[in-house]
This record gives sequence, structure tokens and C-alpha cells, in this order.
Amino acid sequence: MVERETRGVSRRDFLKLCTVAAGAVGLPASAAEEMAAAASSSARPSIIWLHWQECTGCTESLLRTSAPGVAELILSLVSLDYHETLMAAAGQQAEEALSAAMARNRGKYVLVVEGSIPMKNPRGERVTRAADAAQAAYCRVAGKTALETTIAVAKDAAAIVSIGSCASWGGVASAEPNPTGAAGTREALHAVGIDRAVVSLPGCPANPYNLLGTVLQFATFGTLPALDEQGRPRFAYARTIHEDCPRRPHFDAGRFAQKFGDEGHRAGYCLYKLGCKGPATHARCSLEPFGEIPGAWPVGVGHPCFGCTEQKLAFRVPLHDTIEVERPTAPATYPPLVTRRGTVSPLATGLAGAAIGVLAGGGYLATRKLDASRKDGEGEKP
Amino acid sequence: MKLTRRQILKGGLAAAGAAAAGRAGARERRQPPPEAVGMLYDATRCIGCRACVTKCREENKLPFERSADGLYDQPVDLSGSTKNVIRLASDGTRTSFLKAQCMHCVDPACTSVCMIGALRKNPVTGIVEYDENGCVGCRYCEVACAFNVPKFTWEKAVPRIVKCELCRHRADPGKSGPLAVANPACAEVCPRAAVVYGTRAGLLAEARRRIAEEPGRYESRIYGEEDGGGTQVLYLTARGFSFQQLGLPDLGRNAVPAVSESVQHGIYYGMAAPVVLFAAALVAVHRRGGTDDQE
Amino acid sequence: MATTETSPVGGRFVTPFVKLLLAIWALGSAVAVVRFTRGLGAVSAMNDGYPWGIWIALDMVVGTALGSGGFAVALLVYVLHRGRYHPLIRPAILTAALGYTAGATAIVFDVGRYWNLWRVPVAPLFSSGGRFGWNFNSGLLEVALCVMAYTAVLWVETAVPVLEGLEAGPPGRLRSLAVAVRPALERSLPVVLALGVVLPMMHQSSLGSLLLVATTKLHPLWHTPLLPLLFLLSCVGVGYAAVVIEATFSGAVFGRPLELRILRELAGVMAALAGLLVVVRLADVTLRGRLPLAFAPSLLSGFFWLELALTGAAAVLLWRRRRAGTPGALVRAAGLLAAAGALYRIDVYLTAFDPGNGWRYFPSVGEILISLAIVSVETMAFLFAVRRFPILPRARRPAGSVPARAAS
Repeated sequence: MVERETRGVSRRDFLKLCTVAAGAVGLPASAAEEMAAAASSSARPSIIWLHWQECTGCTESLLRTSAPGVAELILSLVSLDYHETLMAAAGQQAEEALSAAMARNRGKYVLVVEGSIPMKNPRGERVTRAADAAQAAYCRVAGKTALETTIAVAKDAAAIVSIGSCASWGGVASAEPNPTGAAGTREALHAVGIDRAVVSLPGCPANPYNLLGTVLQFATFGTLPALDEQGRPRFAYARTIHEDCPRRPHFDAGRFAQKFGDEGHRAGYCLYKLGCKGPATHARCSLEPFGEIPGAWPVGVGHPCFGCTEQKLAFRVPLHDTIEVERPTAPATYPPLVTRRGTVSPLATGLAGAAIGVLAGGGYLATRKLDASRKDGEGEKP
Repeated sequence: MKLTRRQILKGGLAAAGAAAAGRAGARERRQPPPEAVGMLYDATRCIGCRACVTKCREENKLPFERSADGLYDQPVDLSGSTKNVIRLASDGTRTSFLKAQCMHCVDPACTSVCMIGALRKNPVTGIVEYDENGCVGCRYCEVACAFNVPKFTWEKAVPRIVKCELCRHRADPGKSGPLAVANPACAEVCPRAAVVYGTRAGLLAEARRRIAEEPGRYESRIYGEEDGGGTQVLYLTARGFSFQQLGLPDLGRNAVPAVSESVQHGIYYGMAAPVVLFAAALVAVHRRGGTDDQE
Repeated sequence: MATTETSPVGGRFVTPFVKLLLAIWALGSAVAVVRFTRGLGAVSAMNDGYPWGIWIALDMVVGTALGSGGFAVALLVYVLHRGRYHPLIRPAILTAALGYTAGATAIVFDVGRYWNLWRVPVAPLFSSGGRFGWNFNSGLLEVALCVMAYTAVLWVETAVPVLEGLEAGPPGRLRSLAVAVRPALERSLPVVLALGVVLPMMHQSSLGSLLLVATTKLHPLWHTPLLPLLFLLSCVGVGYAAVVIEATFSGAVFGRPLELRILRELAGVMAALAGLLVVVRLADVTLRGRLPLAFAPSLLSGFFWLELALTGAAAVLLWRRRRAGTPGALVRAAGLLAAAGALYRIDVYLTAFDPGNGWRYFPSVGEILISLAIVSVETMAFLFAVRRFPILPRARRPAGSVPARAAS
């Protein structure tokens, strides 16, 4: 503990954060003390952090968290044995660090992947067998392809975590026409027949608190959080942006910004009509702000959510297109007792009028004709 | 002879008409089954949170509705995809919520008019139940219901009638009392006991207790105790806010189908009139061997 | 059994008029495809407030009233033995058979779960544990059973001229079948004819009873326990009116003798009926203490007076035409009575029916097209039948009558 305090975090802050993290992953407050204890023990889990096709934004957002130093906490909870951005080593030294870390903690280390894995070979076909991993065309590090290294490291990992949308499902690199065949870690491993559970933490960048919760749980209890069908922890991705959106009352009342900069936009109205993907985007941006600055997220600064956590939305559906509401719930306005309903189509009115008119008018004319023709026909009997 | 025949016809008609008019309203008053279940809605306690609307949709697996601009689940009334709705009533100065769903009448109009009994009142629970296998989709129940409750799925090629059945599919036979026959989701989720489920007798007692406890809060009458022959869903309203302002129809004491059934049974009492008419017609036709006398 | 000489008209079936009817039928069929594949909501303006639209109010309720001519003339001819009306009976029965069939067709379009319709007539056979028996409280059940039975009766009655036509036709299997069947059919006719009088009285009055249950929805000027009586009276009046119109026009179009004397006499009967309707209606509203409502300035009180005015005007005109009316004048007066009856029935089912909660209804284009298509098919069937079978009276007086023009 003393060692940690010298890094600028008090025990009190540390415990407080552990409590917050325990709450976030749905564990009782008592778990916080166990987490703190686990974090201060020497048996910290080893982490191997691989970078593939990405912008390092996820690492950056992790490093740039301010007080109380989430990055430091995470980094002190674990033994970060390999991380290309943060390590001092380069070249041969770095490669040796990787193999040493793998050998030292075989079967016990955690693999964190940042960035998508290119799957295409030079002929543009996707690699489908682990044996062909070396044939992938792009993103070679130290003569080995991303796929080769990932497979090798994943094989002996105790847990695999994908951080960011790129590692989760391909991210921006997988946008059409996806020249490199970029795939998320889970998809890439499954494609070559490695059926491992992968915790996906999508987001562009991923919220560092989600990594904190996941890693704390694994470090303390050796378990992974409950996941949804896409491998995302439920504690962070069960609800949609829309369900906890600070602008939700405007949506319910039917108050929408129609154009950027219009009166409604300046008044902070709902951004749905400007293309907000919040109603179908699973994330908790409004509850757990990036970098601990409330309001520092797209909807907070007046831009529609672009659905960064969702494979079906981000980089696929145009930014300002509107989408379906995933789970509509009751709005905050009430219908009156009497509502005008039923339609009267002008065309139908005309048609009905014409039919009646033809019947009445035609009938009348026909009766006139009856009498007229009769006069020169059969004689009338009085 | 002719005069006699004419008299037979006219006499039959007049008798039928007189019987109809005379017997109207003379129908006996039906009583709810002793174990009848129902709900009590207390408009003074409802906060309009609509947990009941959402839960009803979920538990009955009903599709979402869209507002006119296609945005949102915002039902304005009961419909083919909404069995329960909260509306807002206003008397100009004050407002009150109104929960609408099937009233489960003691003597329902919908079951009275249903041709072969697709809608049927359960003899034990009094729940008005729907069985689509006997429904031809004639929608007479919609015409007959004074509360405008039964709804039709107009947009479906295979349509049906949709109405609240008191969540009888959520009944738990393992439990005792009302929960063994039904378990309305709306009552289960109501955070303020504004909707309560129970036996009709128990709910009447509960309603009277609430009125007795806070006489200044409620109108002293319980809607549904007598209205329209009685309903199994009962309503309480705030003092000075009438049930009609709340949007509930003023039906009087008599059951809605009392008049129509009396007239119908008056005309067809023992099938006497049609049989007499048929016999008279047969005699008349036979008198001349079914042929005619050119006059 | 007929004493009136009847004969087929003959001539080409496909005339320009029939081509027009075929076109309307095609349009309606296209709408029908949508109705059966996409649901009622896709083509109709009916809604949860107005669950019954023009398919019920017009095709069924008004259509069968116009088809009541069969029953009304049968009442005169077979029950009251006014044999002089006999020339009217065959076309009237044919019109009725077609009118009722059209109404039944509209029902198949209208009901949502038409595949369950078969259960209605046979429900008691499949009743198990109290499920799905006949509910005798339901006026609609009575209407459904009576209309089904009466439509069958009408077709049996119509079978007589059809069989006669086949017997007169070329030799063959059809002809021998007709020869074999007709005697048995004619032996059973008295029962059929008696049924043909009782069944319409039952269901036509019940068509009025149907709306009795809508105590809060039907306007008090229309909602009365006398609804069944008013509907029965109006169906007889409208039925006679339809007979007068149909007889006059087919006489003129197909060059058949016009029994003007009979039609004038019938006008007297109709005038009496119309007068009775006005009296009963006014007495009913007055005795129920609803007369003040008729003087309230509203659209509905206007409709109330319009109905009475049309019926009253028809009564006066028909009474004046009963001795010296020209065919045109008779048809106009009869048309007035038919319009009054149709308006009354539509008012009860639609105009004076207000479910509240802000609902309104006006038929959609699709509904109108299907209605028109049904009427078109009905008209084509009538034209085909009178050309092919001995329905219309043959020219009886050799001199002075217009020779039969085969086609027009």
C-alpha cells in the first residue's frame, strides 16, 4: 500500500474506487475490500496487450483519465508485461519480452487486444485455417502476421479481452469495402476454429471504466462478468444510450432539434431526428463519462450518438440517418379521452358522390325517357 | 277468408311488437358469480407512470404501436395491439388519469351478441374470455360494447379480437384465492396500489374502506357496483370529479343487453310467433294449392 | 305452375354496358386480392369505432331490403292470393336471390375470419363442454341463419324457371335432369313458399334488432324497441319499390309488356305502407319523449326530417299515381320510397351511430369499389338469367303491345 500511496493515490481513494467498480460490475460493497486486498497482493495477473489495426485511442483514453488515476490503478493491479505503446523496449528486446511473458505465466496471463485483425491474404481471400495464418497480407510485426501472433498468445491465455470497437468487431477498418478483411478478435479466432470466450468492450474509444470493472473482477475472483450475445459485459452494455439519455424528456415530449443550430438544437432538444443512434446503441456514456468530465460525449456536446459500440451502426449507417427505436417504452405524455380518428378520403367522397349522382341523375333521366318512348309506343290506359 | 289471413299476419306482428315493448327491461338482473374476480382502479392514487401499460404489453406479447410520425410507442386508445391504456381526463381546472381495459361486465353485451360463443363469460371467475376458434370476425362485439373495449387487428390477413382477459394466462394454479385463476400484470406492477386485483366482493369492501377512511378524497359512489348491470372492474374517482368527466359512460342500473335481449326473446318467445306465422303461411299457400287465383 | 306466360329474352350477352360492368368487376377483384392478403385495414376505412361499414350497411342491410321484393310479392301472390300480381313474381324472386347472394358475398368480404363461417350453421353439432353452441341471445345469429336459409329458399324458387329453361333447351343430360327434378321440386314448393314468407319477416326485423344493443351509441331518435317493426315495414316498402323499378325498366329495355295496371295498384299499397311508416316513426319518437331532439339544430335531426320528408313525399306521390301514373312517374315515386328506406337503414347503421371517443367513418375507395363490383356481378347475373331463362312475362296481347326487341 505504501508503494501505491507514493504514486499519488491514497488508500481512501483506492477503496472508494474499488467500491465504485464493484458496484459497476454488480458485486456487493464487501467485494471492494477483497478487490483492494487482491490489488495489493503480489500475485497480480500478468497482462499481454497487443496492438493491431487501430489508432491507439483506447490506450490513450485509458492513460488520460485524471484523478483518481484509473490508469495507474489498473496498471498497478496488474503486471503489464507487454504493451507496445508503453514499454521502453523495441525490436529484438520487445520480442523477447513477449515470449518471456508468455512462458513465465503460461495459462495464467490475460490477453488484451486493441485493434482489428486483418484476415485477407494477398489474393484478397479470407484466411480460414490457423495453419494459414502466416499468409495474411497486412499488419506484420516482427515478420509475423497479426493473426499468427494473436493465435499464439490466445492459446495460452487465461482470459481474452477486446478493447475498443476495432478489437470487438472490426471498427473503422472493417467499414465497406473492408480491404484488409479486418475482423474483431472473437470473429478472427472463431474463423480459424479457436472457440474461446472473448470479453468485448466496444466503444470508440472504449470507456476505460469498463476495462477497470472487468479486470478488477478477474483479478479478485478469477471470473469474468456476465456477457450478452455479442460478448459484451452486461453491467456496461445491457441498456441503450436512449434509456438513460439526459435529453430523453425532450424525446418523450416530442421536442426535436430539426437542424444543427436551429432553435431546438440550441435549446438542447432531442437529437433523434438529426440521426442519433442512441435508441439502438448499447453503452452507458451518459452514466460513466469519458475521462470523468460530465457531458464530454457526443450527445452531451450536441451531436447525435453515432453508435460506436454497435457493429450494425457505426461506420455503416450514415451519420445523420435515423434508426428504429430498439425497446420503446411508455412516453411521458398522455392521450386525452377523445382523439379524432378515422379517415375520410377525398377520392372516396368523390367516388361515392359520383356513384350516387349517376344513380339518381341517370335514374331520373331514364324515367323521363320511359315516358317519352311510351307515348309513341303502347297506348296508355287511364 | 282474406280478412282472416290478413288478420293473422297483422295480429302476429302486433303481438310480437307488443310483447317486445312490454317485456323490455323486465329481464331478471344477473348476479356476479360468488368467486368472481376483478380489479379496482383508484383514479386518485394513479400517478400515470404507465408501468401497467408497458407491463401489459410485455406480458401479453403485444406488438409496439407507433405515433403518427412513426416515432414511438404512444397508444392513444385501446387497439388491436393495446389491451390497457392510461389516458388523461380534464374538467378544465383539474386533471385525472383513467385506466381503460375490459370491464368484465357482470352481464356483458359482447357475450350477449357473439354468435357462437367466441366471447364467453367464465361461469366461475366471471372473466370475459375470448376463443378465436369460434370467432368469425364479424365485430358485433365492438358494436355492442358500451365501453368500446373489444378491438380488431385490422392490419392482419388473419385478424382476431383483442381485449383484456385479466391475464388469465398468468394464473398460478398452485396458489390459492384469486391468483389461482388470473394474475393481471398491471395490478402486479402498480407502484401505488392504484390498480388492485382480487375477488369482486373483496374489492368492493376495499373500495368502501378507502371511501370511509377518506370521505373528503373520494366520490362516495363506486363505479361498476351497479352501473350497466355491474362490472367486475370497479372505479373510484376524486371528490368533485365525476365518472362521466373521467370518460366512463352513464349506463344507469340496467345491463346494456337487457333491452335488446328482451325484445329479441319477446319476439321469439318459445319460437311461437315464427311457428304460428309459418303454419298460417303454409295453410294459406295450400288453400289454393300453391297456385293463384286470377282476379 | 305459373299462369303468367314467360319466356327468355335471348340476344347477345356482352353489350357495351356489360363491358363496363366487367371493368368495374375487374377493379373490385384487384381490391379483393389486397383485402384477402393484406387484411381489412389495407383496403377499408372501417375502424374500431365503426367496425361495420358500407359492406354491412349498404350491401347487406340495404341490399337485402331491395331484395325483399321477392318476399313482398310472394306475400301478395301466394299468401293473400292476389293472382294479378303474378307477372311480377319471377323477376322479383330472381332479383331477391341475386340481392341476397350479393349481400352474403359482402359478408364474406367483411368478416375477418371468414374461414370460421362454416361453424355458424352447424355450431350445435360441434358444441363441446359449453363451447361454441348457438347463442340465442344474438340477433346476428338469427340473421345469419335466416339469411343463409332464405338464400337457399330463393335459389330453390329460382330453380323453377331455370329448369323450365333447360327443358325447353336442346336435348341432353341437362334436359333429362331438369325433367326428372322439376316435379319433385314443384311438390315441395308450398313449404318452400311458406318458408320464403316467414324467414324474411324474421331476419328483416332482426336486422333492426341488431342495433338495439348499442344503447349508448345509436342516437335516441333512432334507438327504439320498435326498430324490428320499423325495419320490417321498411323492407316491404323498399321491396315493392324495387319491384316497380325493376319491372318497368326490364319491360322497357327488353320490350316486354308492362303491367301498368298492376304497378299502379301496387303504388297504392306502397303509399299506404309509406304513410304507416311516417305515422309509426313519429308516434314512436313522440311517445318516447324524444321529439324535442328532432328540433335540436344538428346534422342528425336534419337526417331525421329528411327521412320523414322522403317517405312522406313518396307516400303522397304514390297515392296520386295509383290511378293514372305514367311508368316514369311511378318509377320516380318508387325510387323516392327506396331512397327513403335506404337512408333510414344507413342512418341506423352508420349516420346516427356514434361510438364516441372521436371516431368517424367514411367508406374508402377500396370499399366502394368492392361494393360496386358486387352490384356489377349481380346485374350481369340478372341480365344473363333473363336472356337465357323464362323469367320475364311474354307478350300476351297479340295486338297493341310492343313487339319483343331481342337485344338492346
